[in-house]
Amino acid sequence: MAGKSGKETGKSRWAAGVTPYKEMGYWKPDYEPQPSDILCAFRMVPQEGIEPDEAGAAIAGESSTATWTVVWTDRLTAYENYQAKCYRVDRVPGTDQYIAHIAYSIDLFEEGSIANLTSSIIGNVFGFKALKSLRLEDMRIPPHYVKTFQGPAHGVVMEREYLNKYGRPLLGATVKPKLGLSARNYGRVVYEALRGGLDFTKDDENVNSQPFMRWRDRFLFSMEGVAKAQAASGEIKGHYMNVTAGTMEEMYERADFAKEIGSIIVMIDLTIGYTAIQSMAKWARRNGVLLHLHRAGHGTYTRQKTHGISFRVISKWMRLAGVDHIHAGTVVGKLEGDPNAIRGFYRTLLCNKADPDPTLGLYYEQDWASMPGLMPVASGGIHAGQTHQLLHYLGEDVVLQFGGGTIGHPDGIAEGAAANRVAVEAMILARNEGRDYLNEGPEILAAAAKWSPSLRKALEIWKDITFDFTSTDVPDGVVTPSV
Amino acid sequence: MHITQGTFSYLPPLSDVQIRAQVQYCLDQDWAVSIEFTDDPHPRNAYWDMWGLPMFDVKDSAGVMNEVQACRAAKPERYIRVNGYDRRYGRQTVGLSFIVQRPKNEPGFRLERQESTDRVIRYTLHSYATDKPEGERY
Repeated sequence: MAGKSGKETGKSRWAAGVTPYKEMGYWKPDYEPQPSDILCAFRMVPQEGIEPDEAGAAIAGESSTATWTVVWTDRLTAYENYQAKCYRVDRVPGTDQYIAHIAYSIDLFEEGSIANLTSSIIGNVFGFKALKSLRLEDMRIPPHYVKTFQGPAHGVVMEREYLNKYGRPLLGATVKPKLGLSARNYGRVVYEALRGGLDFTKDDENVNSQPFMRWRDRFLFSMEGVAKAQAASGEIKGHYMNVTAGTMEEMYERADFAKEIGSIIVMIDLTIGYTAIQSMAKWARRNGVLLHLHRAGHGTYTRQKTHGISFRVISKWMRLAGVDHIHAGTVVGKLEGDPNAIRGFYRTLLCNKADPDPTLGLYYEQDWASMPGLMPVASGGIHAGQTHQLLHYLGEDVVLQFGGGTIGHPDGIAEGAAANRVAVEAMILARNEGRDYLNEGPEILAAAAKWSPSLRKALEIWKDITFDFTSTDVPDGVVTPSV
Repeated sequence: MHITQGTFSYLPPLSDVQIRAQVQYCLDQDWAVSIEFTDDPHPRNAYWDMWGLPMFDVKDSAGVMNEVQACRAAKPERYIRVNGYDRRYGRQTVGLSFIVQRPKNEPGFRLERQESTDRVIRYTLHSYATDKPEGERY
């Protein structure tokens, strides 16, 4: 009787007053989830004295129809349908945590609305007193619901065909310093990085329109850099123009301008909110402009293992919402990222169908019903010397963003960019030749550095840089049922 | 000017042994290999001329290399690229694409700026080679 008195009542289901959630229909251990149900796996730590199945039922209740007391108006509805059902609770071995599995009827959710989906599922329950902590680990979104969303404005295949770039990770860099450059100096960095060999440069999440550089000036100078680099290379290039702003009207104005001057891509921050993201995804598809999403702020709720939302859930929401790029971890860089958890995120972003895999933190099967995959972006403390590891962990459908690892090159930005491109192409060549590139990576890079002075310098300067800390967000592996 | 389209344009030109290894990789993935050539390497030129159909039924890299040689012999002053096509559900696109021949002289592109109002500039990439008619460009 979570959040209430903690006692079983034995009273009639409809008697006025307080009844345990379990007895109100939110605990159904014999329930068989329907193919159209939305399933959620919650990691919960109940307060002392709260039975785990009651805690699971309370989550089901509070995230669907229930309130704290019995209401007779439930009886005006086919409430069995609208009640979410906790159908399974597993103890996480060696901890005070449990995984509660809850099924929601598809009727509970408005079509095509991440805001509505999340207001239901994470709207109320995370502050629930009867739980010490709660984390949404995974969701199974049925094809019935997937099909109500636009999905990625373009997706991986369309992006590659548009860029005419295949068979290797794409390369990017965030312009640094992220704050303070004038628009003209900023465009110089864009030009140098792109002509040196990168495919993309990027505004950082907090580069919007500040006193030192207003958005329109930045867009104009950056586009000059993009166009010059295209002429110098014969390749299609882009600069992610961050259109994040205080209102939708301002974002549309900036995005329209980016399109008008020929930018192939714009970007937004996760902080603009789910509805704004969906609106921008519609804009991006309508206007043929790729949409990059920077996951600004996600670490506040995705990182801790016992409270918040796993990034694999955010990945699913953003695939539905319709962005083309999303930052999803590097494994080897400076930001949080357990290799298995990140493999799970990448699978979530890229695969059409994924099977459950506890080692990757995937609790459910997920069928995307042909909704295109989107490009994961690896950014934060990575450099050319890690290319073999990056390719091993992240695969080739990824944008590798070497910001400092491009701009910090001692011989200049273009040389830094060339070093990264040489490293990636040499590694892909070796992998395709059947070499054990993960173990032979350092030799493969050293061989390329013999004829590429830019790579040689990059390897010398960053050779020993690693960020080797223990991850906080690690999948449990196999969970054994106990309830 | 050195056009850097394709997967391996930042590496020294691939030897035929290296090209054959990449072709073998494509065949090992069950991809159909195709050969294309052009004298208009503008980055928005999606459709290079096809050297025959994609070789759906060629499973031997030596057979593909014969076609590469034949294309080179017939089109000595063209860009030639080798593509591996992945027909799998969910992909149905190119898996690998790399240049295996370039003209001796690559004149590159001129960036044209059409100045408009409010500091807006409309950029166009002009390929020097296409100033001449097809067949006389390189």
